[in-house]
Parts: sequence; structure tokens; C-alpha cells
Amino acid sequence: MSLNHYLVLGAILFTIGIFGIFLNRRNVIIIMMSIELILLAVNINFVAFSRFMGNVDGQIITFFVMTVAAAEAAIGLAILVAFFRNRATIDVEEIDSMKG
Amino acid sequence: MMVADVIFYLFATVTVLSALGVVGARNPVHSVLFLVLAFFSTAGLFVLMGAEFLAAILVMVYMGAVAILFLFVVMMLDVDFSMLRRESVRYLPMGFVVGAVMLAELGLMMAHHPGEGLHLGLDNTDNTLAIGQALYTRFLYPFEVASLILLVALIGAVALTHRERKRVHRQDISTQLARTKEDAVELRKVASGEGA
Repeated sequence: MSLNHYLVLGAILFTIGIFGIFLNRRNVIIIMMSIELILLAVNINFVAFSRFMGNVDGQIITFFVMTVAAAEAAIGLAILVAFFRNRATIDVEEIDSMKG
Repeated sequence: MMVADVIFYLFATVTVLSALGVVGARNPVHSVLFLVLAFFSTAGLFVLMGAEFLAAILVMVYMGAVAILFLFVVMMLDVDFSMLRRESVRYLPMGFVVGAVMLAELGLMMAHHPGEGLHLGLDNTDNTLAIGQALYTRFLYPFEVASLILLVALIGAVALTHRERKRVHRQDISTQLARTKEDAVELRKVASGEGA
């Protein structure tokens, strides 16, 4: 099992995540799940490099990525719930009151 | 082909297929369940790479907390998901183009990568011990910052979703403590035999 196997898997997962954001442009929940997939791909790369270079630092970074991802999911879903209460929709294209 | 190769291809295939399920499923509840499957098979890959601690964290934190959080939100919000699916074909070509470009770039990068020579050897070290030793010495300050981030997320999520309810009796401790004997108790002289 070489490093490239894991890197290819990470690349495929990353691309699926990017593709999922485009495919579900309107549904915020699926977009957030796609972001989780992208972070998972990044984690696979970090752990693979950590393992194959014999250095534990990559796994520590993965630990921090997971922490931030958990915080991001909690805050994102809380914003989503608050938004749904006010507007009764989760369509991304409705979220334009800041004219971004 | 070694046993490790078979296990790798098994878990990798399940991961990719369930990732496709996440982005492609019609029902968002199925998407969340596919996400759980993707996390689980990735945890298997982590074990294969000798990162048992991260595999356990992935199963407990991601499958046990984050995915369930998604599941709660999907099932609690009464969203018309078929409305959101409408016109998604419009973005399909763009998605394919961006995905293909991204995959080509990553492939090009990997074609010139010297990682082919690195092969997985036997790992006898204690993974959790090594992570703990690095985390509590060299990465102590980032570790503390991570706990602060989690605290901010905790308070922020409560503050964002909290709403005041009307017509609910609440205990107001400062009002209770501000009461004195003078404005709470009244002494009256009632003649005997005339009390109501």
C-alpha cells in the first residue's frame, strides 16, 4: 500500500465534495455535508502523510481540523435553524439580504 | 495481493460510493446516513494507517455527534426538499467542469509526486501515546485554543437558537433576593372572634 493510493482516494473525495456543492446549489444542508466530505478528504491526506513520513504531527493537525469542523457544523446548523424560523426556507438563493 | 490491499480497496470503494450517495441522494435523510457510512469506512482506513486514536475520534465525534446533529436538523425542519431540487440540472455542467478540472490538477500533482517510493512498514508504536505526548507538549497552546473554539461554538449555538417564550413563568432570582420583610409581610391586628 503506497502513499499514492491514499492521495488518490483523498483527491476523489475532494472532487466529489466540490461537485456536491455545485449539484445542490440551493440546499444548505447538503452543501454543509459536502464541506464535511472535503474536510474528510483533507484529513485522509494528513493522516496518510503523517503515517508515511513517520511523524505524528499530521495526526495532530487532523485533530484540530476535526475540532474546527465540529464547531463549524454546530454554528452553521444553528444559523440555519434561526434562518428557517424567520424565513421558512433554507434556499441559498433566498439568503441575499446582504446583497453579497 | 495482500490482505491489507484487499481491506484498503474495500474501505476506499465504500467511502467513494457513499460520498457519491451523500451528494446524489434525493432524500436528505439518506444523505446523512451515507455521510455516516463514509465516516465509518474512513475510520477503517485510519485504523489501516495505524491512526487508531483518530479512528475512534472519527467514530465518536463525527458519527456520534456531528452526523446526528445533521440528522436532527434535517428531520426537525419542515423543508420542502423537492423545491430545492428544482433546477439543479442547471448547475450540473458547471459542476462537472469544475470537478474535472480539480481532479485533473490533483492527478497532475500526484503524477510528479515522489510518494511512490514510500511504503507502509510495520508500526509497533503506541499511536495514542505518541499523539498525547505531542499534544500536551509541543501543541499545548493550539490545544487550549481548540478548547476555546469549542466553548465559543457551544455558547454561540445556544445564543443563536435561543428564543424567549411568552406566558412562561420563570424564576427571577434577583427579584426574589431583593424582597424584604417590609414589602412582603403585613402585620394586622384582628380582634378575636372577627377574623374571616
